Amino acid sequence: MTSLDHLPSEAQLRRSAYRRRQTVYSVLVAASSTAALGTLLVVAVTGAPGWERVRRSFLDLEIARDALPAVLSGLWLNVRLLVCCAAGALLLGLVIAVLRTLRGPIFFPVRALAAGYTYTFRGLPLIIVLYLLTLGVPGLRLQGMPPVLVLGGLALVLTYGGYLAEVFRAGIESVHPSQLAAARSLGLTYRQTMRHVVLPQAVRRVAPPLLNDVVALQKDVGLVSLAGPIDAVRAAQIATAQSFNYTPYVVAGVLFVLLAIPLIAVTDWVTLRSARRQSGG
Amino acid sequence: MASSSRLFALTLAGAVVAATAGCAPQKETPTPNVTASSSCAKESLPTRTPGKLTIATDQPAYEPWFRQDKPDSGEGFEAAVAYAVAEKLGYARADVTWTRVKFDAAIAPGPKSFDFDINQFSITEERKQAVDFSAPYYLVRQTVIALKSSKIAGRTSLADLRDARLGAQVGTTSYQAITEVIKPTAKPQVYNSNDDAKKALQNGQIDGLVVDLPTAFYITGAEITDATVVGQVPQVGVPEAFGLLLDRNSPLTSCVSGAVGQLSEAGTLRQLEQKWLAQVAGAAELR
Repeated sequence: MTSLDHLPSEAQLRRSAYRRRQTVYSVLVAASSTAALGTLLVVAVTGAPGWERVRRSFLDLEIARDALPAVLSGLWLNVRLLVCCAAGALLLGLVIAVLRTLRGPIFFPVRALAAGYTYTFRGLPLIIVLYLLTLGVPGLRLQGMPPVLVLGGLALVLTYGGYLAEVFRAGIESVHPSQLAAARSLGLTYRQTMRHVVLPQAVRRVAPPLLNDVVALQKDVGLVSLAGPIDAVRAAQIATAQSFNYTPYVVAGVLFVLLAIPLIAVTDWVTLRSARRQSGG
Repeated sequence: MASSSRLFALTLAGAVVAATAGCAPQKETPTPNVTASSSCAKESLPTRTPGKLTIATDQPAYEPWFRQDKPDSGEGFEAAVAYAVAEKLGYARADVTWTRVKFDAAIAPGPKSFDFDINQFSITEERKQAVDFSAPYYLVRQTVIALKSSKIAGRTSLADLRDARLGAQVGTTSYQAITEVIKPTAKPQVYNSNDDAKKALQNGQIDGLVVDLPTAFYITGAEITDATVVGQVPQVGVPEAFGLLLDRNSPLTSCVSGAVGQLSEAGTLRQLEQKWLAQVAGAAELR
């Protein structure tokens, strides 16, 4: 009896057969167009008259193997700096954003300072902030001057803190005023409202752009090398200068991409999840 | 397979032997040294003023290459080298006359007012298009400089520099000198330019900065006067070479070059380098 219930009609059978054919057909089309484009690219690149020369100076396996340990030890510096600077910049950005959204005339100087900070450090090129902090500040010869890595990290935190503060502020201001009014009417203080109502929603909304900035930071931490420390790109530069071969740069580039993939995957996942939640809720 | 590759190796070896044998007789003809001794007599040298040798340098002539801007005193490394070359060519001190020519003017193509010019000219292929160079009389050495207040000022051996934080410009022989010769325990600091490195030196972020010797004298003499030369590092990498500069296709080139070569072989240049750069100018050699 049950099998009878599920017996598809003649039209349904035709429809599903047609759909199956269509699926097979589109898979075949996609595969062949990908293959055609791939072949075209490979032929265009390897068939170019200078390909042999480019391959030798950018993709030399032996030089890559020689350069790998130095580049990896440089990359370790990038990773450590990234973790510290990302945490510092997120924290600073959040604090500045909260200060910028304070209400009431008494807080005007705080708001003005916070706004001045975001204007200045978003406008100032990172490399100049780095020069000022890593080669300028130690010139003061004060007691207990932190090492150059800490100063360089500070420059990164200051610059990225400015960007992240604006992202956080956008999140905070995107929370509807009715939420604030409802929280206040329930008797929550301003601080409690921020902590329990506004910030959780705000941070969730801006998580994708925040992570995006962290991915960008990952590539910029290496700029600290201008003050002396050897990061992955600098290690590649040194190896390149010794061998007159650009393969070490390619090695560093591949490592950077590998480093970025998990972070980018998390970003994509968070974006997708928040999009689903919003459409579903 | 094995026999065919052996056959190939044999053929290759045969070709190499044939090639070297074929090249061998050619090699002797252009060597000027053998013939030079006869035609390089003072009387037959076509100098600007017969019987006199006119040597040029820049105005002012800097220390430690010259002393107190007086090349005719024969003091300072380049003045001493100039007189040694003159002596080798058969000119007495009184036969040498000095003239002053700007660095850029000397390198530029065009008529020259000197027999040869000695002014820290690096021998490069581009310059060879416009002028002649003698054999090198000096191979530039890497040098450690430090602030006078630094802990490494006054140290005398490479081993003493192991605990120093050293810096250099990226992609230079100076960096190689740190990693391959001095080998300090702390990682070297690397800078985009010598200007950044000098700032770090002034700030005390590094104990010592490695630069080539002419730059070291320029920095300690003119730019950072509270810095001092710690010492010279043994030769590393492909050093820059200084040569005497002559007019393009000058008839004197082979004789002057031969004289420099003989001075180099006899160890005279090495002694002059020791005396004027290491002892008098204070760039002691670190061992």
